[in-house]
Amino acid sequence: MKPFRIGRLVKERVNRVWMTLWTVIIILTPVIIGGFLLWKSSMLLEENSLMKLLGSSEWKPLSGKFGFSPFIISSLWVTFLALIIAGPICILSALHLTYYAPSFFMKIVQPAIDILAGIPSVIYGVWGVVVIVPFISGHLAPVFNAETSGYSILAGGLVLSVMIIPFILNILIEIFNTIPVELREATLSLGVSNWITIRSVLLRKAFPGIISAIGLGLSRAFGETIAVLMVVGNVTHVPEGVFQPGYPLTALIANNYGEMLSIPLYDSALMLAALILFAIVVLFNLASRLIIIRYENKYR
Amino acid sequence: MENETKIRIENLNLSIGKSKILKDINVEIPKHKITVILGPSGCGKTTLLKSMNRLTDIYSDIRVSGKILIDGEDILHTDKDVTEIRKRMGLLSQRPYPLPMNIYKNIAFGLKISGRRKKRFLNKRIEHYLKQANLWNEVKDRLKEPAASLSIGQQQRLCLARGLAVDPDIILADEPTSALDPISSQEIEKKFTELKNGYTIVLVTHILRQAIRLADYVIFMYLGEVIEQGPAEQFFKSPQTEITKAYLKGSIN
Ligand SMILES: Nc1ncnc2c1ncn2[C@@H]1O[C@H](COP(=O)(O)OP(=O)(O)O)[C@@H](O)[C@H]1O
Ligand SMILES: [Mg+2]
Repeated sequence: MKPFRIGRLVKERVNRVWMTLWTVIIILTPVIIGGFLLWKSSMLLEENSLMKLLGSSEWKPLSGKFGFSPFIISSLWVTFLALIIAGPICILSALHLTYYAPSFFMKIVQPAIDILAGIPSVIYGVWGVVVIVPFISGHLAPVFNAETSGYSILAGGLVLSVMIIPFILNILIEIFNTIPVELREATLSLGVSNWITIRSVLLRKAFPGIISAIGLGLSRAFGETIAVLMVVGNVTHVPEGVFQPGYPLTALIANNYGEMLSIPLYDSALMLAALILFAIVVLFNLASRLIIIRYENKYR
Repeated sequence: MENETKIRIENLNLSIGKSKILKDINVEIPKHKITVILGPSGCGKTTLLKSMNRLTDIYSDIRVSGKILIDGEDILHTDKDVTEIRKRMGLLSQRPYPLPMNIYKNIAFGLKISGRRKKRFLNKRIEHYLKQANLWNEVKDRLKEPAASLSIGQQQRLCLARGLAVDPDIILADEPTSALDPISSQEIEKKFTELKNGYTIVLVTHILRQAIRLADYVIFMYLGEVIEQGPAEQFFKSPQTEITKAYLKGSIN
């Protein structure tokens, strides 16, 4: 064998090893993180049943009572609120941008979306405190006869929705752009209107993509910390309406980690909060995978 | 009746952005014949075909001027809804693009647009159109399967059936065999020669032999212009221009 050929073989071999290694690392990372969190929270789990921890709303670290439901429920509230606001807006504007607006419009909007997506979340938080919170307490709540400081689930949901809009919108535009224009032409040529074409064919074709975009948005909203923490009130109770304050899991961890760690099991409890956060995000992902797989088996 | 004109295009100019794609097109397409639009790729065949059912409308940077008369009615300047115009033409594209639904619904979709929803009626018509596209025997036991599970050749015939189901009188076909294997291509070609009794067929191709096999009338395009047009026999036997002669000899492609 000529030396350069051996060289190439070695190189190829090394590349293969590297690529495999990276793949393994990527697959292992979430497992390692999950395992680590489980290990760190095991002390608490040894003393209390998981069911009790998840179901209880009593959070009294000093007397050793750790009920996570206020935090879990707050997190779910703000996330779903954000998604209910952002989802329809994103789908409609992605459709508008790809199928209705003249092409120059996209050239203006795309950079705007990118800028919005790149704004640090603390700025969204400040904007929430300065604009959204007073707007809720001063204008919105009176309409519904509600008493609120403005620091509320609704404020969290609104700020979050604005944060995830550019993120979801970007993915959706990408998805609609990958649908072959010929499919649109073929459908239109059957003599159906633009809207029916979109509704019955293009949206259906884009369905798996839309689900994963929304799944990603959901995970993102669920994990967002700073901006939500600044506007949501951080009161430990189970919120019963959007005008009430809440205390999401992320805020719990961020506000308390590194403090009061002398309290027994507190450290362990915060780790469990992180584990719950992690598990729910994984669940979101699995659920959207499942929906996509079911769709693909049906229509492919 | 023999040489009735179905589609007449007058002074059609089309530009995309700043580039002129079609220049002063004047053609006549005879009824119930196969008219082949021939020419090297990039000369504007697809664009011309799409302008006939106003698919060019959906691109904001396309400008069209001139007239396209179908049965004497200028479809570029009409109050009629564009969906009405498109319903009169079935489109077959270069690759099949079945709807993301099952086989049955792919055909039912077009029927339902025209307001036909009765199950018995649908079943009968779907069978009819699938038979017309020579697909019925292959799919009759798997109508509920996704259209994407069919082979490419079957998908193309499904697209033909889907187009026929909206009851057009014109078929626009853009290199419909270019993605198909020889056998499937043959089937489509054979189908076209049968269909021309009831339909006016406009077939785009850059395959000279296919044009020779199928054409009754030929439109030859080059760089966005119609260079020559006429009955197939005359066109292939005694081409008039140097460009056409060169193309037929195979020196342009
Ligand atoms: N969306 C577009 N933007 C700019 N130019 C285009 C676009 N679509 C087609 N063209 C140009 O128009 C010309 C004709 O294209 P087409 O009608 O597809 O030719 P053909 O079907 O004969 O191969 C080509 O030169 C092509 O580059
Ligand atoms: Mg073409």
